[in-house]
Amino acid sequence: MYDFNYHRPRDLADAVRLRSAAEDGVFLAGGMTLIPTLRLRLASPSDVIDISGVDGLSDLEASAESVRVGALVRHATVAVSADVKKRIPALAALADGISDAQVRNRGTLGGSIANNDPAADYPAAILALGATVMTNKREIAADDYFTGLFDTALEADEIVTAARFPVAEAAAYAKFPNPASRYALVGVFVARIGGAVRVAVTGAGDQGVFRAPEMEKALAGNFAPDALNSVTVAADGLNSDLHAGAEYRAHLIGVMAKRAVAACA
Amino acid sequence: MSETGIGASVRRTEDNRFLQGRGNFTDDINRPGQAYAYFVRSPHAHARIRGIDAAAAQACKGVVAILTGQDLEADGVGGVPCGFAPDGGPIKEPPYPALAKDRVRFVGDRVAAVIAETREAAKDAAEAMSIDYEALGAVVTLADAPKEGAPQLHDDAPGNLCFEWEIGDKDATEQAFAAAHKVVALDLVNSRLIPNAIEPRAALGEFDPGTGNYTLHTTSQNPHVVRLLMGAFVLQIPEHKLRVVSPDVGGGFGSKIPHYAEEVVVTWAAKKVGRPVKWAAERSESFLADTHGRDHVSRAELALDANGIFLALRVKTTANLGAYLSTFAPLIPTYLYGTLLGGAYRTPAIHCQVRAVFTNTAPLDALRGAGRPEATYLLERLVDVAAAETGIDRVELRRRNFIPSDAFPYQTPVALQYDSGNYASTLDKALALADAAGAEARKASAEKAGKLRGVGYSTYVECCSLAPSNIAGAIGARAGLYEAAEVRVHPTGSVTVFTGSHSHGQGHETTFAQVVAERLGVAFENVEVVHGDTDRVPFGMGTYGSRSLAVGGSAVAKAIDKIIDKGKNIAAHTLEAAEADIAFADGTFSVAGTDKELTIGEIALSAYVPHNYPLETLEPGLDESAFYDPVNFTFPFGCHICEVEIDPETGTVDIVGYTAVDDVGRIVNPMIVEGQVQGGIVHGVGQALYENCVYDPSTGQLITGSFNDYCLPRAQNLPAIQTGTQETLCPHNPLGAKGCGEAGTIASTAAVMNAVVDALAPLGIRHIEMPATPEKVWRAIRDARAA
Repeated sequence: MYDFNYHRPRDLADAVRLRSAAEDGVFLAGGMTLIPTLRLRLASPSDVIDISGVDGLSDLEASAESVRVGALVRHATVAVSADVKKRIPALAALADGISDAQVRNRGTLGGSIANNDPAADYPAAILALGATVMTNKREIAADDYFTGLFDTALEADEIVTAARFPVAEAAAYAKFPNPASRYALVGVFVARIGGAVRVAVTGAGDQGVFRAPEMEKALAGNFAPDALNSVTVAADGLNSDLHAGAEYRAHLIGVMAKRAVAACA
Repeated sequence: MSETGIGASVRRTEDNRFLQGRGNFTDDINRPGQAYAYFVRSPHAHARIRGIDAAAAQACKGVVAILTGQDLEADGVGGVPCGFAPDGGPIKEPPYPALAKDRVRFVGDRVAAVIAETREAAKDAAEAMSIDYEALGAVVTLADAPKEGAPQLHDDAPGNLCFEWEIGDKDATEQAFAAAHKVVALDLVNSRLIPNAIEPRAALGEFDPGTGNYTLHTTSQNPHVVRLLMGAFVLQIPEHKLRVVSPDVGGGFGSKIPHYAEEVVVTWAAKKVGRPVKWAAERSESFLADTHGRDHVSRAELALDANGIFLALRVKTTANLGAYLSTFAPLIPTYLYGTLLGGAYRTPAIHCQVRAVFTNTAPLDALRGAGRPEATYLLERLVDVAAAETGIDRVELRRRNFIPSDAFPYQTPVALQYDSGNYASTLDKALALADAAGAEARKASAEKAGKLRGVGYSTYVECCSLAPSNIAGAIGARAGLYEAAEVRVHPTGSVTVFTGSHSHGQGHETTFAQVVAERLGVAFENVEVVHGDTDRVPFGMGTYGSRSLAVGGSAVAKAIDKIIDKGKNIAAHTLEAAEADIAFADGTFSVAGTDKELTIGEIALSAYVPHNYPLETLEPGLDESAFYDPVNFTFPFGCHICEVEIDPETGTVDIVGYTAVDDVGRIVNPMIVEGQVQGGIVHGVGQALYENCVYDPSTGQLITGSFNDYCLPRAQNLPAIQTGTQETLCPHNPLGAKGCGEAGTIASTAAVMNAVVDALAPLGIRHIEMPATPEKVWRAIRDARAA
């Protein structure tokens, strides 16, 4: 780890001010990506602004219409929340399947979606449920939020404060974990909201999470696993690595999508 | 049986400190004035070093010294030696410098050591080092190494060939093949593994200018061996001026057997900079620079007669040694491999040829089982292929070819003489325990659920108790492989045992104390077991090859016998009886036919406070040493049965049942044995399904350099393992013990892979390479269905 200035602001305005004043500042939430990156000397920020002490980012609220998860809410909290389990059980199940117990007790929703790792789980839920990403500046629609590998619509001085997930009529997440890292080799989140079907795929795309319009179309007509038989998933634009070639990932997208739809029943 | 004697599942004494975080590991030890070493490692798989500019690094804050291969050379420090050269042919032994001077040969090769006030300062300075590399082509795979025009690692090893070796009767084997009714063949790869002990390697070197004494604390499985190799062959420090301590060590699996260059550098540097120097590997360094294991490519052929009786086995193997020869590297793919190809079968003719080659990868050496898992995997897979191609049931084919239980001692055609065995018995027990009869029904119900289910068998024999020194010497070991022990009975009857075995997870402090408690009749809690310190333990060859109880424990037993003899002498004198009339049992010396007796505690007190001993015939004290050299190896055996279910949609293999019945001889602590068997099985399962060391085949960069990519098995990957044991005592050591640390690993890889192939066999799949990852299995299914 290289030396850096460490800050622990108490409110959002301070956090933003510190970030703007820093030569090369980064926000630290749960640290599940940033800390290993620092330890491996793969990053050398001038300032680390630890927002874990900022008030108001740790609330979890649920209503009949939506579930609002504060940016600092831990995965483990979402996984066991009775409210989340009642309103969007698929979201609780997704959180429960992230990495291992240690990570779930440190990692946060805000950290996950701000980092936008192409194999992270939460981006699939945001995109498939059509969630709204709330920041210190504005609200960003899911379809506008993810812009590429480790890239989002967030500006340098913008902090995720929460995500608001609409309650779906049916939703499920099927994940095929990388056996080593437990990240998603392929994860497919399927949601039906107001008659529309949205399908988001994580782990597979070379630009990160993406929607699968052909699957959405097929499922809009017939929300059943068999409806996907007619959809072929192309390997173009999919990741290929030690653990899975693009062809295998394409195949797994089909399998996981069907399993997710089946789990909605 | 007492609650703490032989056969009792005594809870592990050492766990008390481990579970409380009170262990004493090398990196826990700190000395006043201590500096830290960080090794600058090669980022290239193969490169010439044109120059090293340390000026910028030297100027970094906190730097104490920057040491390079030139400094080592100037001080006359040689390379790390190899401890084994197989007989029967020339072997190339290129130098393995502690710090590379002219050339680097694998990613992770040491180029310089930065000594600084803190770890971070050393690391900062290491980044400021400017090293001018001229990249050379790298040769990474076994297929590429011998090719004409391939990059050459060592000038004196043309074709990257280190040695060729063979065992068995070639002519008899060829004749048997020529006359065979049926020949089956299998090409197979034994995948490369990274050991990943939980504690990364560490070393702390100290030099006392007042006495001229050196001390090295290091994570070694065999500190006396390190003292011998480093003292005599590298740094020229005589034994009496060099103390090597391996305190608590967190796992080894063979990767902590070799003498490593880091040990040399910190010891040498401690004198050079006048301060204690500590190095502790980061996990990334462990991936790069611990010795790796396995890495064979083989062709195996089996000749059978019309009844399925094995006539001959022919094996050609290419084995990877990595960039340099690690301490025991040449032993692993030769005598620990070829000699095990007989397995549990009476195959009359066997011939095995091995070509061992250098590549631009980390050096290879022993890894749990070391050669024996490779042999067992090859043989047990080949037997399954033979069953499939002759139409004989796999269990029946094994049974037909087992060495019968009345044929022992049995001379195999590959040098070993098995002392005992009863292979049908462990097979029968395992079949019952695994409910093998119900396997077909379980397969049918899995099919209904869309799963492919298969069963795999592995009826293995292993060779432990390394090693009878006369045999070891005859085959090329440059040392004997006996073990030493000292048993010191203190004046009030408590006992300290000094053993040359080294515990790095095995539980010796418990098991050895049980042996002493039982044999000497003292309370278990009054026995302390000391190991891992060359200044305290007389000598030792260390722990590997499942040898600790069979060899180290036998040395303890031998020392106890001497204590008892001495005790009889004392008792005879004290009780005024003839020594021949003194009997010893349950801690009490008694005069036959009388009520006169003395406890071991009374004898001990008398020994240390003697008043009327006959000075000519009876020395005071009760402290005896023994060296035990086994007369033969030991031959544990057993049967493992694995049941898997495969999801054909994803290719995922789930182990749904696992049964192991092992005969490891006398069991001192059943709980510890069960733990060893389970751990061994998980290790073998890791190779079969998960672990995979991958280098980029052209650049030689390690791709699986972290746990994000190198997959170790997790608890969730295994069902509850059913274990059973059988105790056929080893006929030639005093404890009747054979060894249990590697059995699980040796047996399980084949059992799992045979189960995977059995599940896939209905699709026409004959073989699949390890690890059987989901993608590999899915592709095999897809291709088979398309065919």
